[in-house]
Amino acid sequence: MRSMLLMGVASLVLATAALAKDKAKEPAPPAPPPEVVRAPKDPWPSQYKPYPAQTTVILGATIYDGAGKRIDGGMIRLEGGRIAEIGGNVTIPAGARVIDATGKYVTAGIIDIHSHLGVYPSPGVDAHSDGNEATSPARPEVWAEHSVWPQDPGFSRALAGGITALHVLPGSANLFGGRGTTLKPVYGRSVQEMKFPGAPYSLKMACGENPKRVYGNRNQLPATRMGNIAYARQLWSDATAYKRRWDDYTRRAEAGTAKPSDAPRRELALETLSGVLSGEILVQNHCYRADEMANVISMSREFGYKVTAFHHAVESYKIADLLKAEGICSAMWADWYGFKMESFDGIRENIALVNAAGACAIVHSDDENGIQRLNQEAAKAMAAGRRLGFAITPELAWTWLSLNPAKGLGIGDRTGSLEPGKAADVVLWSAEPFSVYARPMQVWIDGALMYDWGDPKRRPTADFELGQPGVGEVK
Amino acid sequence: MKSALLFALLAAVPAVAAPTAITGATILTARGETVIEDGTLIFDNGRITAIGKQLPVPAGATVIDGKGRILTPGIIAAASDLGISEVGGVRETNDSGARASAFSAALDMSTAVNPRSLHIAISRMAGVTRAAALPDAGNNIFAGQGALISLGVGGPTLTRARAVQYMEMGETGGRIAGGSRPAAWAQLANMLAEAQRLALNPAGFDRGQDSGALTKRLDAEALAPVLDGRQALFVHADRASDISEVLKLKARYPAIRPVLLGAREAWLVAADIARAGVPVITHSLYDLPDDFESLASTRNNIGHLQAAGVVVAIAPLGGVGGTTPVNLPGYAGNAVAQASVPGGKGLTKGQALAAITANPARILGLTDTGTLDVGKRADLVLWDGDPLELMSAPVAVWIDGAAQPMISRQTELAARYKALGRTDLPLQYPR
Repeated sequence: MRSMLLMGVASLVLATAALAKDKAKEPAPPAPPPEVVRAPKDPWPSQYKPYPAQTTVILGATIYDGAGKRIDGGMIRLEGGRIAEIGGNVTIPAGARVIDATGKYVTAGIIDIHSHLGVYPSPGVDAHSDGNEATSPARPEVWAEHSVWPQDPGFSRALAGGITALHVLPGSANLFGGRGTTLKPVYGRSVQEMKFPGAPYSLKMACGENPKRVYGNRNQLPATRMGNIAYARQLWSDATAYKRRWDDYTRRAEAGTAKPSDAPRRELALETLSGVLSGEILVQNHCYRADEMANVISMSREFGYKVTAFHHAVESYKIADLLKAEGICSAMWADWYGFKMESFDGIRENIALVNAAGACAIVHSDDENGIQRLNQEAAKAMAAGRRLGFAITPELAWTWLSLNPAKGLGIGDRTGSLEPGKAADVVLWSAEPFSVYARPMQVWIDGALMYDWGDPKRRPTADFELGQPGVGEVK
Repeated sequence: MKSALLFALLAAVPAVAAPTAITGATILTARGETVIEDGTLIFDNGRITAIGKQLPVPAGATVIDGKGRILTPGIIAAASDLGISEVGGVRETNDSGARASAFSAALDMSTAVNPRSLHIAISRMAGVTRAAALPDAGNNIFAGQGALISLGVGGPTLTRARAVQYMEMGETGGRIAGGSRPAAWAQLANMLAEAQRLALNPAGFDRGQDSGALTKRLDAEALAPVLDGRQALFVHADRASDISEVLKLKARYPAIRPVLLGAREAWLVAADIARAGVPVITHSLYDLPDDFESLASTRNNIGHLQAAGVVVAIAPLGGVGGTTPVNLPGYAGNAVAQASVPGGKGLTKGQALAAITANPARILGLTDTGTLDVGKRADLVLWDGDPLELMSAPVAVWIDGAAQPMISRQTELAARYKALGRTDLPLQYPR
């Protein structure tokens, strides 16, 4: 309704502009533009506003810029919420806060492409279990953000671990789990106040054991891996037909041969899938086994969509060449393995092997504890790769934590690396950040200092923890 | 590659015939902060025979050049499912818990231990030499008797059967016992009373039993060593008030030896725990209010406990995703890092190493391992760097003096898939 009204206003503005243009030449009254009904593009827009940022210059640090570059004894200036300058020497404006980081390290903020913070918040009581709409194998109509509890204490812990953006996904009980959304670990009173502005939505999909177990146990489709694929293909076929109906209607409406009441009914499940088919929504696909990833790739070709990233992907190392050829990222743990059958072949060299094949490697958490130490996971992966004979530099490994996940979330043009013009999402580390002894000292998000290990006033406490045992204690 | 070579070298040498000397290494003994630079450690017949700075090497000894390496005791996992669970999610391979069993305290995990479990090989390569294989509780707060195992090949896997009894308290104990904490404590009181009755008059046990109490003879028997203190009682409790209740056990059952597991809010009552002389096994990474019994979770917990004088071990306990014994050194390193945070309470490097070696040995009653001392078992790990660092790894591991293989199913998979190019035959054929 609201969007139709907006549409009406937009038409009026266009009409007025057209009028003004034509006035100069020929005063022929133009026909009113046709009324075209469209689904609203962004009905839950971000209401995030960066907090005040002070111009800051950090000097003397070793910098991993997140794009694969290292600067020793580097300098960086954060200004107006963005990276203003980076290099061996940068301008220090009058009034700037200057931090001598000699012997310390500066990196691009860490981005976790796979989190359930907010949808499975702490405390993990049943009343907070909001991550799996396990009432049908396909629930693409649900949006993770509508389950997010903005007061999850986990956001504060993630921030203290150097996280500057995170992607919150529904769980993997369903083949189609719903939409994922990208947030900043900046507390808001509503989820909209935490949303990364302009970040595309994702569709969480899952293959393998989880969907077939959940629904097979209820004696319904899918109970097998072939059932998984069959169910998903039928839905992609339905989505294709749905998109065709809308495209057809839109064409006719734009040509003035369809009335608003001819517009197809919006079906929210298929609307999400339609968004995938048109490339606006990115597919984040939970999948462990190599052979299943290959099946999913064939399915995506059949229906003309693209998988942006396979998540968990413990067997990506078996098809790293295929993943490179397809341009699909793998979002992986460093060393989780063996806890279920489809994780049986997990190896610690997975990330390094994917990287070595030239495919896109991402370190993810899928865990409220792991998200606090993704740098440590990357360290283990880098070490395993080196022992296998690959020369992996720390500055290269940092791309697994920042620019690669940023690209995998469609925000790589705005964050993920310390390049002039990008958001000032920055972490200052107490030591080399792949060392177990390193901890974030300060974390900036859009140039605002949101965490400072030495200043209790720069360390958030979630509502839930207020007045509870342990409040005020360093976590 | 380097480690594989080293192993090949070691494997070629008969294990028992002659003493072995590791020379030129930096030796961390896990006794206090003792570090021996340019140290020599000699072992023979599975036991450490000498340790010190630049010791003379006996004639005929196999010499391992430890220059640039760091030597530590083997890592000990104070709580694990090593050897008793292969694939957690595949029920028939997982002997940790037995929800449908009629028995509880009597369940003896040593009967499930599989020395050929692939997790044993993987953990051994990472420097883990001994572990407690503990049960999960099923339908009774008493879960059964954990086994102490060796991760070595070629020697006995079982170090000690029926070493500890495991028990759930707090939210989990309450749920298992019927829905509340008082129900859990009533179950405990009943089971221990039945155990005492059995001990006093075994022949009369089957008569006069409260027919509603339903304690099986085997379970009552199994609790006898808990009551007389021969067996430690591992109690999972997280909330500070639950911990305080556990500390009261000693007043009612004077010989009982409780050990706290989890203990996320232990720091709130650290002085009481220290006064009671009760050790704590916990994780260094608990810092979220995961439930209402862990509201005060903080990574400062271990530091506070250590400062209060509690014996603390870091173990791969649940509640932190992906936790495995392999990562124990990293968990210990994180406890050191915690001390660097303003307001943080952590461990020194020596304390952190002890928390995964000497302290678990002490808590588990493994008196002949856990530190590098003359007479102790030659459970040794030679590292390519700071053992607590994430990027370090063992280059060699000895258990009872036997050099251990440094390969696992994982390393074989990595080798198979390192090159993906198509050749004359599929990857599944030997190359």
